[in-house]
This record gives sequence, structure tokens and C-alpha cells, in this order.
Amino acid sequence: MGCGTSVATETQGKRVERDEAVQTPGPALTMKAAVLIQRWYRRYMARLEMRRRYTWNIFQSIEYAGEQDQLQLSSFFSFMLDNFTQLNGNGPDLISQLLDPVVDPWLDREICYSLILVPESYSGPRLSFPLSVSDTNALLAAFKEQQTLHARYVLQLLYETKKLLKQMPNIIHLSTSYTKEITICGDLHGRLDDLLLIFYKNGLPSAETPYVFNGDFVDRGKKSVEVVILLFAYLLLYPDNMHLNRGNHEDYIMNLRYGFTKEVMQKYKTHGQEILQLFQDVFSLLPVATVIDGKILIVHGGISDQTNLDFLSSIERHKVKSALRFPKRSLEQLDIGQSCRLTKRLRLTDGSRPSSSRSHSKNQRTQNQRRCGLSRQDMPFLDSLTSVPLPSPPQNEQEWKQIVDVLWSDPKIQEGCSPNTFRGGGCYFGPDVTQRLLLQHGLQLLIRSHECKQEGYELCHGGQVITIFSASNYYEEGSNRGAYIKVGRELVPRFYQYQVSRTTRKLTLTQRVRAAEGSALRALKEKLFAHRSELMCGFQEYDQNYTGRVSVSEWALVLEAVLRLDLPWRTLRPHLARLAPDGSVEYQSCFEDMGPGIPLPQVTSNLAETLFRYRTDIEIIFNIIDKDHSGLISIEEFRHTWRLFSAHLGVAIDDSAIDDLARSIDFNKDGSIDFTEFLEAFRVVHKLDSKDPHLSEKMSRKKYS
Amino acid sequence: MMSQTDETPAVAKRRDNNMAESNNQSAETKLSDVHKRIKAAFETFDNAANNTVDVREIGTIIYSLGCFPSQADLHDFIAEVEEDHSGYIHLDRFLPAMTKVLLEHKFPPIPKDLLLQAFEVLDKDNKGYLEPEELTKYMTQEGEPFTQEEMEEMLTGLADHERNVIYYKDVINQLAIDPDM
Repeated sequence: MGCGTSVATETQGKRVERDEAVQTPGPALTMKAAVLIQRWYRRYMARLEMRRRYTWNIFQSIEYAGEQDQLQLSSFFSFMLDNFTQLNGNGPDLISQLLDPVVDPWLDREICYSLILVPESYSGPRLSFPLSVSDTNALLAAFKEQQTLHARYVLQLLYETKKLLKQMPNIIHLSTSYTKEITICGDLHGRLDDLLLIFYKNGLPSAETPYVFNGDFVDRGKKSVEVVILLFAYLLLYPDNMHLNRGNHEDYIMNLRYGFTKEVMQKYKTHGQEILQLFQDVFSLLPVATVIDGKILIVHGGISDQTNLDFLSSIERHKVKSALRFPKRSLEQLDIGQSCRLTKRLRLTDGSRPSSSRSHSKNQRTQNQRRCGLSRQDMPFLDSLTSVPLPSPPQNEQEWKQIVDVLWSDPKIQEGCSPNTFRGGGCYFGPDVTQRLLLQHGLQLLIRSHECKQEGYELCHGGQVITIFSASNYYEEGSNRGAYIKVGRELVPRFYQYQVSRTTRKLTLTQRVRAAEGSALRALKEKLFAHRSELMCGFQEYDQNYTGRVSVSEWALVLEAVLRLDLPWRTLRPHLARLAPDGSVEYQSCFEDMGPGIPLPQVTSNLAETLFRYRTDIEIIFNIIDKDHSGLISIEEFRHTWRLFSAHLGVAIDDSAIDDLARSIDFNKDGSIDFTEFLEAFRVVHKLDSKDPHLSEKMSRKKYS
Repeated sequence: MMSQTDETPAVAKRRDNNMAESNNQSAETKLSDVHKRIKAAFETFDNAANNTVDVREIGTIIYSLGCFPSQADLHDFIAEVEEDHSGYIHLDRFLPAMTKVLLEHKFPPIPKDLLLQAFEVLDKDNKGYLEPEELTKYMTQEGEPFTQEEMEEMLTGLADHERNVIYYKDVINQLAIDPDM
């Protein structure tokens, strides 16, 4: 090291006293030092990249698994609706009343909003119809200031939007010849910041700046109301230059689960229900597709091998209020099969997912397991399978399928079209399906959304399909960029990316990866917790001697078999479970970190696990039963719902346990249950994490400030 | 004297821990485990599910398996396994080459004190920290230079927020690698 010796300092900033004169190290040494540091740092960055990728995988797997569960639930609803006229003598059609409310004719009349008085004290925008630019500017300014639009104007806006949409066809045809360039945006999911950023970068909607928004304006994000109001306002202002496609989240049953219903009820306590009713109508009236210059097809989800644009143009789209309500079936057609396990939807997309080839072979295996007779097709709800006959479905089912395919499908790498019979709707479509449809209709490109992409966009099927996604930081701060497409007369798409940042200080990649990773791992651990007993069964099969240990391979096998998330379990192992000194996995350690929210003595661990796993589904059912959205349901309703639910889950939980539970939750003994409190008990607390879950959000904000 | 091949006790211990999973197993099981690790890392980057990865991802894959090759090391490795400059590397060739690397511990980790000495070489005035301009000069002009992107990320990541200098001793400790696979 040259002539001068360097002495390692213990603390920083202190000058080191030296005997020898400081000498400049020679060039060879400097180079060696530089190489060493570069090597070290590059490796660190590469590890970060690995973590980022598997974090992404976790989010995606869980998100899709969640939606799968959601659809399982709705097949249960449909079945109940169609076939149960009495529920334990509690009068006719309890569920049908809840899910199929008689449309209030009041809402179709102008006076539904004009009788609402707007107080003097209201300082928000006062819209005047027909809308002008000053109205939309007022809305933009108000929403930036966190103001809420008065219910009267919301209702009027929706009423006018409904009138306008009724005149529109199912498929809108646009032309670039009269405009400069058309901007196409993907999912927004209630992210007002992203919408404002797009308007800032690209310009407000106008004759010079036409837009197509490709669905999923609401749910998940906190400002769904503001986003959708702005979009509808611009639609009314520039009906020829603003175009909205329906997404799978423009659906009142999805809204019940994913947050839009809740947001509306919180912001509009008095008129929330009417507003929601109008939203339901407006959503079902949204066009389902847009075509540019007869060459570019834009739909929210994708296509299937049955997609026929001519047929799609002809149907009455507003009749499909929700994709999650299957067309009517008669009682004779249905026949409850054996209880089988839920099989999750398998993801077969290119891009961010590893091991697609493994998934494909798994798909084959489970297809074989499911076959119960050639002329019937299996459709599950919850944990049982229902077997329905195959022959040609009635007209309204074909219409339903056309719309659902277009709103719910996803592209896959492999050829062919695999209808997801578990969902009863939506497909995975291969490059051959794309090719065929494009040829058939003289198209050259399919633009769709529906899936979050790291860079905000992604090409597949040899460039014939583009996915465009406009909600940046969708999973977590820093998880992904948002993007939009601009396309002009030459019909060549150009991509524009962006990312909303919550903080002014730039986050390092490390910080972003750590935050996202933490979030993903929490979600994953909750999944493990929710399937604890099945997992333990699986582990014990490999551990006949009750040592509490299995090999890493066995551990990974069990996790994949039970959870079916197709994740790199070996890579994730250090975050999920402890190793014994001999290198095997102590499988109990998977569950150490987790515990229930509020311990209820009546709740056995079995019941707790079931309630935890189906917590979101139970919440949806409660939300439906709670018609006035007061947060309370009667004990009687609670009991009925629970019995129905557990009958189909095949979970043996006796009535007395439920009754005890209901009574203990009725804290003020007035015969009604505050189900938010009930559900609190089945939220999972991460013991090693921040104590107060409400604090954790504040904390994560603080971290970056 | 600074040398890249010195193995400190810390390094030896880490290596032994890496082998912990295979200590009580037969040679075949150990080999099979190594293969599984390699395949798992490979598959994460195999986007088209056809057992090939883009050659530009090889560095990341090798790093993620616990190795610390230099760029020169990487070039040599790639030359061995790449399919005739196609830009792709097939698992069939990657697996044996990588297995050898892992079993022979070819690219061992850099011990912390060695890293510290490296920083001290660059810190000619012995301040205990490096100015961003100093570090940039070395990282982008010496050794196996960083790209501008790499440099920006490094500065954002490592610089102290108030003083805007790099306290390298802190940084070495902070950038602890997460639990090894």
C-alpha cells in the first residue's frame, strides 16, 4: 500500500494523527480499490433487483388470488338468488331483496336532485348545466384543495351523464383525421394525483387533446369519487373528445369489496345510497370498446375466442349490471357436487412472472381432477363444485359472456384460449386468438389495461397487444410507473411514463424496494396465517416423527400446494421461516409473528382461521345486508348469513358457537351488531411490526419526510 | 498489504453457513440443492418460460446466488456459456458452469475490512468521508467504470443528507446484505 500506512478510524470526521507524511497511493492501487468498491456496490444493487422482482411477484399473485376469491363468492350469491326462496322461514328472498333492489323510479326523474338544497355555507363548486370550462376548472381547483362536491351536483352530474350515455353505442368509433393525437390512459383506481399529473403533462381534455380512458376509474384508491366526477364532467363538456370505456371495476359488486361503495357512503352520508344507485346505472351504460380509425381496438380486459365485435355492438349492454351476477339458471340444472378445494386461477402471462411453464403443467393436472362427466362443466362456489350442463346457453348468457370476456380477460404467452370455468367468465387468450380477431376485423393493434405493469405499459403477442396502466405506485410507493399512450394519424403508439411522488425528497431505490418488500411480505404472511391448519397438515405429512422440521424443498412444496401462488419460495424463505442448525426449516416459525387482532374467548382457533380467511367476503355480505350502510346489522340477519355461508364452506361450526359469538359481539345488547368491530377481531396483527395498524400508515409517511 | 484472495474468518464462517443446509446430507442431495438454487434464480429472469435468459441479466443472477464477480470475471463466465453471441444464455449451459462456481467458491464475498481499506485508499486526505465529486471521479473513471445512472443512484443512496458527503464506514455497515439464501 505504498509507503504511507492507513489507519482505520473508529469514528468519523476525526483527523488521524500520523507519523509518516501522507503519500498519494499509486495508480495501480487506486484502480484495485475502485474495482473492489464497484464490485461490492454492483452486487448490492443486483440483490436489490432480485428483491424488487419477487416483491412484485408477491403483490401480483395475491391480488389475482384475491379477485379469484371474489368471484367464488359471487357465484354463491347467484346460486342463492336463483334458488332459495325461503331462508329458515324468515320470509321470501332475503338475499334477492338485498342484491336485486327494486330500482327506485324516483331517481330517473329530474327532481331527484333539484329538491336538494345547497346551503349558503357550502363553499365548493356550484355547477351549472350544461357544463362549461369554468365548471371543470372549478372542480379541478376544488379537488386539489380536498373539497367535496355537494351531493346535489353529484346527482345532477350523474343524471346528465346517464342521459348522454344512453345515446351512445356499445362500441365507439374514433378517427384521428380531425384531431392531432389521441391520448389513451389505463387504470386509475381512484388515484387523483395520477390523473392530475396526466392532465398537467399532457394537457386538459379538449378538442385539441382528445382522451380515451380505458376503465377502472374507481376502487382501491382513496379519491375514486373525485376521479370519476372529473371524468364524467369532461365527458359532458366534450362528448366528442372524451371517451370512457367500462372496466371490470365499474361494477357495483366489485365496488362493495374494493372500496368505492365505502368511499361514497363516507363522503355522502345523507344521499350516498341514491348516488350509488345512479352510479350503478351509469357504470352499466358505459361503452365497452373504442376503435380508432378502424385499426386500433381498445377494451379494458381483452378478448376471447368467442369475441365477436358485431355481436358485441348489437347487445343491450346496460342489462349486464354486474359481471358477478351470472345469468339465471333453473334449479334442475344445478346439482351440488362433492366438496373440493378451491383451485386458484393460474397466471400465464409474460413479463413479470417466473416459471410460467410450471404453471401450465399444473393447470393440466387440475383440469383432469375436475372432470366430472363429459356433458357437464364444473363451476365452483366457495369450497364446493356445482355441475352444470354444457349445451347452448340462452341468449342473455351469451350477451353476458361477450361483455365479461372483454372486461376480464388477460393475454397469455401460450397459444389457445382457456376459458376460466372457475370464474364462469373471462379468458386467457393466446397470440393466435389475438391474431385471428385482428385479421377478422381488419385491425392491427389491441390496447388493453386491467393488469399493473412495472413500467406502466407492456407489449406482448409480438407487439399486437399493448397493456397500458396509469396508476403509479399501485402496490406500494415506488412499486411501478404509470403511463399513457399517444397515437396520431400514422397510428404508431408512443409511450409516456411518470410516477407520482408523495415526498419532495427523492427516494433511493433501496428505500422504495424496502417499503414495497415490507408491504408484500406482510400480505404474504397473512396468507400463510389464513391457511395455517392446512399448511400444518401438509408439513406434518413430511414430518411423521414430529420433529417440527422439514427440509427446505419439502417446505416449499407444501406452501405451493396449499397456497398456489407460484412464488419463489426458496428465495423468500429467510423472510418467512427459521432454519434449524442442520439447515432444515422449523415450520412452526412461519406463524410466530402473527396473532389475532382482538382475542375473543369464544373464538376457537379453528373459527378464527376461517373467519380470517373469509374476512373480506364476510365484509361484503355484511355490506349488502346493511342496506342503509349504518354499520349495524341485526343479530338475526347475522345468524342467517352465517349459516348460509358456513353451509357452503363445509366448515363444521355449530349454531350455538355462532350464537355465542353474536351475543358477545352485541356489546350494547340492543340486538344489533357493529360489524366493523366484529371484523376487527379477525384482522391480523403482526406482532413484530408496529403495534398500532393505524399508526403504521402515519409511520410510513414519516419515514420519507 | 491488500489482497483480494485473503479469506478472513468472517468470510470462512459465512461460507460454512452457506453449506449448513448440506452439512448432514449426502453429496447427491447437496448437489441437487445447489441445482435447485441455481434453477430458482434462473427462472426469475426467464420471462418467456423457455429456459433462456437475456445475457445482460447474468450478472444479477450470479450476484443473487451469493457471488461477487468483477466485470472481468463476468465477461469470462459469459464467454463460456453464451450461445454464439445470440444474446441469450440457456439453462443447459448455465447450470453446470454455475454449479462449478458455487461448489468451488469462485467469487467469494468481500470482507468488510478490505472494503474499508479500499475506501481509505481513495480518501487520500484521510477525512473519513468522500466528497461526491471525489467518489464520482473514481467510480466513473477508474477500474470498471459506472454508468451515469449507476453513479446517480449511488450518490442518492449513500450520501449523508445534511452534509452531502459519503461517510464510507457507516455506509459499509448500512448496506448489509439481507439474509443469505
